[in-house]
Formats: sequence, structure tokens, C-alpha cells
Amino acid sequence: MFETKTASLDDYTKGGIEVIDDDPKHYAFSNMYEVANASKPYESVVVAMNRQYTLEILRAEGESEWRTAPHDEFALVMGGEVTIRLVKLDNPRSHHDPGDSGSRRIDGEPSGEPMGTIKAKKGHMALLPADSAYQFQTDEPGVILIQTIKGPDSIERWADICITTV
Amino acid sequence: MTTLEETPTVLATEQNEQGYREFSLGELHFRRDEYFVYITWPTGSHVMSADAFLRALQRDVAWEFFYGIVNFDGVIGTVNHYGTVDLFAGRYNDSYRKAELDHVENFPTPQIKATFEEMLDDWTNETFDPFAAPRETGSAFGVKNGENRKAITRHRVKAARMVSCTGDEQIRSDETGHPVNEHFVDISQDEPEIIAEPGFEDEVKAFSLFAYLSRSDVTWNPSVVSVCKDSLFCPTTEEYILPIIHGNDRVEWFVQLSDEIHWDVADRETGALRAKVVMRAGDVAAMPANIRHQGYARKRSMLLVWENADPDIPELIATGQTPTYPADF
Ligand SMILES: [Fe+2]
Repeated sequence: MFETKTASLDDYTKGGIEVIDDDPKHYAFSNMYEVANASKPYESVVVAMNRQYTLEILRAEGESEWRTAPHDEFALVMGGEVTIRLVKLDNPRSHHDPGDSGSRRIDGEPSGEPMGTIKAKKGHMALLPADSAYQFQTDEPGVILIQTIKGPDSIERWADICITTV
Repeated sequence: MTTLEETPTVLATEQNEQGYREFSLGELHFRRDEYFVYITWPTGSHVMSADAFLRALQRDVAWEFFYGIVNFDGVIGTVNHYGTVDLFAGRYNDSYRKAELDHVENFPTPQIKATFEEMLDDWTNETFDPFAAPRETGSAFGVKNGENRKAITRHRVKAARMVSCTGDEQIRSDETGHPVNEHFVDISQDEPEIIAEPGFEDEVKAFSLFAYLSRSDVTWNPSVVSVCKDSLFCPTTEEYILPIIHGNDRVEWFVQLSDEIHWDVADRETGALRAKVVMRAGDVAAMPANIRHQGYARKRSMLLVWENADPDIPELIATGQTPTYPADF
């Protein structure tokens, strides 16, 4: 029988690049668990970027701040058990303009109607709907991959996270 | 104004001695027999194994010529110009180029699509599933033996917002005809717990991507599960060898969700080897826009392919306004 190998914060084995005729930096090769191990709780570290679009890794630990974006975002839980709370914002335009990219922090509690909660485990993917506020909570450290657009709090630290020499 | 699209004419012969029809696209001619596919053009000829050819043809048809170049092997392939398609022989092969024996012809997408679809339909025997891993399918070989239309015209998953959303692509189950694959019997089939307040049932949405992928009945077939404007999550399950060599016209990203894939990376234009990349669970890597790549997976693995579908990118890259690699550091 075959065993499916997934990875976690304390158990991952990074692959690598065997360069024949290229610069390893062109592959921007990182490992999300290594990134999350080196991150502060809920820092949003860009691990993949294609022009304005990004994939960002969050180290989920405890309760996050509330955030909102004017476009849909998606959260793929890659470790831990994460509770996601969603609130329909009364006035999303007080947090962002319709054309803005990426998510913005909300100070304190969001004002709006509770939409519901999602309890997601490794491999589960959740919609973070446009103009809603969302908050993550975990009891044990976990990892969340966010599909989004680069925003004011997206952190790029490529040289720290990527393979630069082989 | 016409309301019906004109049906393109497919140039094909009657059945040959082995029972297969022969097809022409411009000056390129395609013929198959028990084991092989023979391609000829005014300055050359090429032979491919019928199973490898059909696996590649299946991807090219299903993906509507995908992003950039779909190399069937080191000689034959297509370039997507999103409305028209180049069919080439030797165009991305250094030796053919230097000898000036390469050949390229451009076709309106409906014409090459209709021809490829008929070729795939005629040349796929009832024993063969071009989307399956070798352990899951019978033989592609022999004289003409029935058809496998069910396998070659599978529903193409293309979520508009996210799989499981109202009115969108739905999750897979035994009932939808998607049993858990033998290689993924250890993947939890639990779905996330969702509590939606009244009125918000359509927006409080989540699903198990891992369970969804564990029930994929195809290999090497990226299909859209979530959409953030032009940012598309296109996960796929990979086993054996990617049947095409993909030449990028934009940066493409891979997030290895489970298991391990080995990638050969070569120059997009010449095919000269540039790097070998090994990706394991949790690894994230870019495929630059000036390369071609082909993957190898021993065990069926879950790969998240991430695409930026912005139609302006090929031009921005071709004119140097956007770099061929993802980030400067
Ligand atoms: Fe690719």
C-alpha cells in the first residue's frame, strides 16, 4: 500500500534544485513549513508572486486580527485546526476602496452581522468573501496558505526564504 | 451576424489497413498503425509511440492548448496564441532549427481543435484511457478496436468562484462517480464544519481540497478550483510522467501539497537542459517563463498549479516589460 506523505511544521523534508545551467534564484524555491517556522504569528509572508497576485503563508497561532479585502480571497489550511469567523461588514468602504488590492487590517472588532464560522483542518479550503471581515483562531500552531493580491501588509523576504545557491 | 459558429472542416481519409483514419492540418499529415504515430511535413518526418502521442493529444485537447507551448516530445507540438494555434515540427529543437528543417503552420483554434478531437476519438481504442496512470489503463496498441468516448470527453472542471459554492463546480463523492484513488485511501474524507447564519449560506463556504483531489480520476490535468480575478488555483494529481513538455509563456508556480515530483527543466527555445528540481510536500517553486518542464511522480501526488491567466502577460514577457522569473532578490 502507498502512504501519502504530507508535511507539517515539525516534519517536512525540503526538496531542492540541481542546477545545470541556470540561476537557482529564478525558481524562488521555498518550503511553506520552513517559512511558517520562521514567522511571527499571522505575519503574511509572500511565497509565490505572479505580478500583483500572491500566495502568502501565515503561521496560525492563537487569535489573528480581523482583516478584509474588496475581492474574494481563499484560505487553504496546511496544518493545524483553524476556526474562521466571518462578519458581513456594515460599511466595507470605510476599510478599502473597491479597486484596492489585498487585505487590510481592521482595528478592534468589525461592525456588521455575523455570517458564520468554519472549522477547517489540513487540506481544507475556505472562501473569504469580498467585503466581509475574517479572523482566524487556533489552539495549536498551524499553517494557512492564502490566495490573494499583494497588499500593504504582504511581506516579501525572498532572500531569507528561498534557495539562493546550490 | 451569424448565430451559429461555422463547423470547421476536418481533413481525414477513410480507414487505413489498421482501421485508423489519417488526418491533415495544412502540410502536416498524421497517420497511426498498431504501435506508432507517423507525422510528416514538407521537410521531414517523425515517429512517436501511439500511447505517448495520445496522452499528449488528450491534454492539448482538454486544456484548449493551455498556456504557451505544449511539446508532445522534442519535435512536435503546439503554441497557443489564444484564438489561433501554431502547430510545429522541429521549431523548438536546436538541430532542426540550425538545419532549417523545422516547420510551423498557424490555424484558427476551432480548426485544429476539431481535427485533434476527431483524431483522439478515432485513435483511442476502447481499452485505453489517455488520462489514466499506466496501472489504471489497458493498452493503446493494436489495430482499431472500438472507442473510449467516455474517457476522452470527461467534464472539464472550471470553477467560477470556488468548488462547492452555490451554482458552481461541486465536490466529488462515490455518488458522483469519483471513488477514492488507490494511492489516496489514507486521505481523510472529513469535510470542514460549516455553521452559516441564515441568509449567508451562499457565502460561508469551504470544502476539503485534499478529499476532492483524492477522488480525481485523471492524472496531469490541472483544473480550476478557486478564482481571485486572474489568479487561478489549478490543482491536479500526478502519477508517472507528464505526457507533454510544457513550455511556459508566463511564470507558473507549483505548490507541492503531498508526496514528491521530479522536474526536468530545459530551455524553452532549444531544449537544452537547465536544472533538475525535486519538490516535496510543502515546497513552493516557480517555473520561469523561458523554460520547458516535464515532471515525474512515482506515487500519485497532489500538486497545486497556480496560474495568472491575465491575457496581456505573453506580450509583456515577449517585449521584456515583465521579467521571465518571478522576483528580484
Ligand atoms: Fe506547466
